[in-house]
Amino acid sequence: MQFLISLHINPAVLDALTDEEKVAIGAGHGTFIEALKQSGELISTQALVDPSQAVVVTVRNGQPVVTDGPFLEAKEHLGGFYLVDCEDKGRAIELAAQIPDASVEGLGVEVRQVMFAVGQLEA
Amino acid sequence: MTAPVTEDLLRELTPQVLSALVRRYGGFEDCEDAVQEAVLAATVQWPSEGVPDNPRGWLVTVASRRFIDQMRSERARRERESATSAEVAPAEVSDSDDTLVLLFLCCHPTLTAASQTALTLRAVGGLTTAEIARAFLVPEPTMAARISRAKQRIRAAGSTFALPEGTERKERLRVVLQVLYLIFNEGYTASSGSELHRPDLAREAIRLTRTVHAQLPEDGEVTGLLALMLLTHARRETRTTATGDLVPLDEQDRTRWDGRLIDEGLTLARASLAGPALGPYQLQAAIAATHADAATTEETNWPQVHALYLILERIAPNPMVTLNRAIALAETEGPSAGLALLATLDGDERMAGHHRLLSVRAHLLERTDDLAGAHEHYRRAARATASIAEQRYLESRASRVKPATRPSPRLDE
Repeated sequence: MQFLISLHINPAVLDALTDEEKVAIGAGHGTFIEALKQSGELISTQALVDPSQAVVVTVRNGQPVVTDGPFLEAKEHLGGFYLVDCEDKGRAIELAAQIPDASVEGLGVEVRQVMFAVGQLEA
Repeated sequence: MTAPVTEDLLRELTPQVLSALVRRYGGFEDCEDAVQEAVLAATVQWPSEGVPDNPRGWLVTVASRRFIDQMRSERARRERESATSAEVAPAEVSDSDDTLVLLFLCCHPTLTAASQTALTLRAVGGLTTAEIARAFLVPEPTMAARISRAKQRIRAAGSTFALPEGTERKERLRVVLQVLYLIFNEGYTASSGSELHRPDLAREAIRLTRTVHAQLPEDGEVTGLLALMLLTHARRETRTTATGDLVPLDEQDRTRWDGRLIDEGLTLARASLAGPALGPYQLQAAIAATHADAATTEETNWPQVHALYLILERIAPNPMVTLNRAIALAETEGPSAGLALLATLDGDERMAGHHRLLSVRAHLLERTDDLAGAHEHYRRAARATASIAEQRYLESRASRVKPATRPSPRLDE
């Protein structure tokens, strides 16, 4: 079963962390990625740039309109994700709990099963 | 592209060659690599140069050479000139089919079900890593990592290449059957995604179960599992429309069920029931046989189906079994009785928000003319499933019973 484990970041929470804590989070992700590769459960992981760099595209009357809303209003944003293939939802939750973000108050780690996928699987 | 006949032959021979090598040299991991290389060489050479007179012997010889080469280079790398244990010429290997031993090894209890499945398909099924990765919709490196990890684990567990004895053998056989059933189910109903069938996987599971059955013909559960697979697989063509929409059992065109598979499945199901004790696969096969025996849903012997689920519930209690019994109960005593039984599942954590509980309740509510309730439950079930085919089916049922379009309480008349 495939699951998307998405990381919801609150910049205010991140900023409040000490440098040591930030380094520990980074190292924790490194360890986590290695373990996932070893177990064969990692499909891919991606981190996203700060939402201040994002744009929202809408098409009105056939014309694309580019704005910076509406999601910027939210305090939390999607910081990145892990796409994993594991035994069941229980295991996906177990994996999510190993992500350092899960131990930080104010950051969210969400688990959702993948329902449809298309793309390059046969690398 | 390999000719199908070569491919079938290689699938059949791979486990025999691998077990011959493991028996001779030990070291599952290295032997497996050597066999994969030999199989690869065969897929390249045989179609153009013809299949050798003794294909099994050819594969064993080539795999043994690869294995010894590996050992030599390993030894050279470590500068351990004295290690000569691998310096054995590829001599006669035993003719006994050790496929079962190999299956027991691949279904080692230290592995997760996902790893057992992958390793079984590769070592016993002879599928390439790429094929297994495609079947499970994961990238090849992901599957390669899982398989190599599984092989390391088996080595770390220090497994010997022999059939376990007594109760351990029974326990391990149970795991083997579970893995074969998992492979079959993944092929029969994909757990997610847009494609309902992956018939190749189902066929492979049947082929492997046949192998086990050939070696343990007296085992009722093995016979039962094979019967269950055949009877289920016989319906595959009628389970979806041409456009991929799901067709429920009561609407399937039973004349299009595969009669050959049904006949074989019925014979096996009957044979499996002759034994002294009944296991879950035998009971499920008996239920599938009862369905296969009926020309229509109405003619189905529902009291028998219900009785079989009742026994199954006793020997292998599981909320899914209770759910299925509720369907049979609704057929024998009416939808309200079915709904009452479903209510007993509401407190079960394993079933909370499960799409099957929601959809069965929706069906039964529809039959009690509670169209608003049915609509609501179809919608919730559609949201809860991870299968797109199932979601489309449930959405269409939901719109069919939409209360706003309901002209009178008796819609069907």
